[in-house]
Amino acid sequence: MDLFEYQARDLFAKHGVPVLAGEVIDTPEAAREITERLGGKSVVKAQVKVGGRGKAGGVKLAATPDEAVARATDILGMDIKGHTVHKVMIAETAPEILEEYYVSFLLDRANRTFLSIASVEGGMEIEEVAANRPEAVAKIAIDAIDGVDEAKAREIAAAAKFPAEVADKVAAVLVSLWDTFIKSDALLVEVNPLAKVASGEVIALDGKVSLDDNAEFRHPEYAELHDLAAANPLEAAAKEKGLNYVKLEGEVGIIGNGAGLVMSTLDVVAYAGEAHGGVKPANFLDIGGGASAQVMANGLEIILGDPDVRSVFVNVFGGITACDEVANGIVQALKLLEDRGEKVEKPLVVRLDGNNAELGRKILTDANHPLVQRVDTMDGAADKAAELAAAK
Amino acid sequence: MAIWLNKDSKVIVQGMTGATGMKHTRLMLGDGTNVVGGVNPRKAGQTVDFDGTEVPVFGTVKEAIEKTGADVSVIFVPEKFTKDAVVEAIDAEIPLAVVITEGIAVHDSAAFWAYAGKKGNKTRIIGPNCPGIITPGQSNVGIIPGDITKPGRIGLVSKSGTLTYQMMYELRDIGFSTAVGIGGDPIIGTTHIDALAAFEADPDTDLIVMIGEIGGDAEERAAAFIEKNVTKPVVGYVAGFTAPEGKTMGHAGAIVSGSSGTAQAKKEALEAAGVKVGKTPSETARLARDILGG
Repeated sequence: MDLFEYQARDLFAKHGVPVLAGEVIDTPEAAREITERLGGKSVVKAQVKVGGRGKAGGVKLAATPDEAVARATDILGMDIKGHTVHKVMIAETAPEILEEYYVSFLLDRANRTFLSIASVEGGMEIEEVAANRPEAVAKIAIDAIDGVDEAKAREIAAAAKFPAEVADKVAAVLVSLWDTFIKSDALLVEVNPLAKVASGEVIALDGKVSLDDNAEFRHPEYAELHDLAAANPLEAAAKEKGLNYVKLEGEVGIIGNGAGLVMSTLDVVAYAGEAHGGVKPANFLDIGGGASAQVMANGLEIILGDPDVRSVFVNVFGGITACDEVANGIVQALKLLEDRGEKVEKPLVVRLDGNNAELGRKILTDANHPLVQRVDTMDGAADKAAELAAAK
Repeated sequence: MAIWLNKDSKVIVQGMTGATGMKHTRLMLGDGTNVVGGVNPRKAGQTVDFDGTEVPVFGTVKEAIEKTGADVSVIFVPEKFTKDAVVEAIDAEIPLAVVITEGIAVHDSAAFWAYAGKKGNKTRIIGPNCPGIITPGQSNVGIIPGDITKPGRIGLVSKSGTLTYQMMYELRDIGFSTAVGIGGDPIIGTTHIDALAAFEADPDTDLIVMIGEIGGDAEERAAAFIEKNVTKPVVGYVAGFTAPEGKTMGHAGAIVSGSSGTAQAKKEALEAAGVKVGKTPSETARLARDILGG
């Protein structure tokens, strides 16, 4: 889960990373009172989870409270690279900035540990700095058990060649930032820029935080950080039912068991679609191992509720789960939906393989549901589903 | 010979007395796995009956090893307690720990991986979030169905459980030396490279099938390893060509970030290393068949 800047800022503040004052609002009028409190001027910052908002006009200075309201009016509702601005942060204006640095901690998958990246050349995308001037970027491996103490923080600051007069202050920020990283179960905490201001202090002016969804069990506070406004309504509904669903752009609804097999199903449908007017998969949906009638019904309900879907491909390989249970699940799910008064009109192509496949196929044949077709290979079923989506 | 698991392997189950642990211990025993004990400090001293096979429960992994000579532990404990369970297995220096549990916080995986390193890497860790490892006809540790295929000469390593099953099914008439599911989390113990090296050294394996998916650069690194170190034929498959950028596709590690971790880049890297890569699971199986038949 990626956080908004204001959520990252709150988290930084909680763990002792120096930040500027600010408040987040969703109506322009509220900018006036906050700006008055901040001494009559402020910065109005669009809250979107995408880079480059400054260039897109999503960050504006306001010299008066009235101007803050005007700028907030401009920015709220703006589209930045496909992200609609629903909130703006009214922030304290930064004191005179002398230098801009970059510091972060992140997960290093390749080395199966954590990594610190630091540079005295902040303010732009770190990938850009790393590509153009790799010598300006220090990367220091962090041991997941030893972590970052003051000595390690100084080592990072020295490796990135921070000037002597700020090295201690940067090291202190690094210790606090590490605390944020560890205590929040983050995958990334990034401060960019970390600004050295006229007073000699260093302040985090902007930041990014990404949290590990798998750690939510020990972080009840994550619940408040979810961005419900931006979530696709189908994705939100699926999440509520505990389904692993991602909305995509195409027309063939996909249900399968196991993340790898579902990813593979999307690919096979996209290939098949090339021969059928370019139809594509409409979603990713992994119903997992069990695939009870209830779970199957919940999954089907989400997929059939997607107006883009024109056909559905149910692709199941029975591992521990037997295909006869899955077939019963499909039949019962259709009945359950019809009993609920849902109108099921989209054709379903079902491929069952593996454990008890013959039994499962027989159940579908016997049920003889007018909308359900059986195709017994993954490639053949994908082709049929694509053909049906193209024909509609 | 197979890799890492054979008929002599003595297996204990951490979390055997839970619902999932019970279900899969019964299935593992049914496949002929030599399950010698379970671990649960609150049920130490009891025994559990699995269709007539009495399996003792021990208080700790250490005690289980001392009393049974166990050399493999399979871990089914819930995600909140998985880190502690793996640390216990590492402390007991069991040679192989297979972590089935999914949904583990990545900070926990990073911590137990670092801990294994500090303890001298005496324990091979497979997983987390994996289906386990099977040497057909000899032993089955985890949740891979034991009846898909038979002993044979293909070695399989895969990030995905269901694609492991699918590929075993496609090539069921040829059979497998060992199939290992390494899991789709961002941090895993055993990698594609570890399995490739083991299959290369295994006289019972003639061909290796390697299944990858979007996210990270494990497949690219495996490609570089194959180019230098693997003489046996390798056939590959990568899932997730149609996955959009920035969306997690089921597995915590299956995410394309910016331009990195794409299926296309992985396929190209593998092909550059001489690996034949199939567009679909069935085409991948055909490629393997062609090589073994020719």
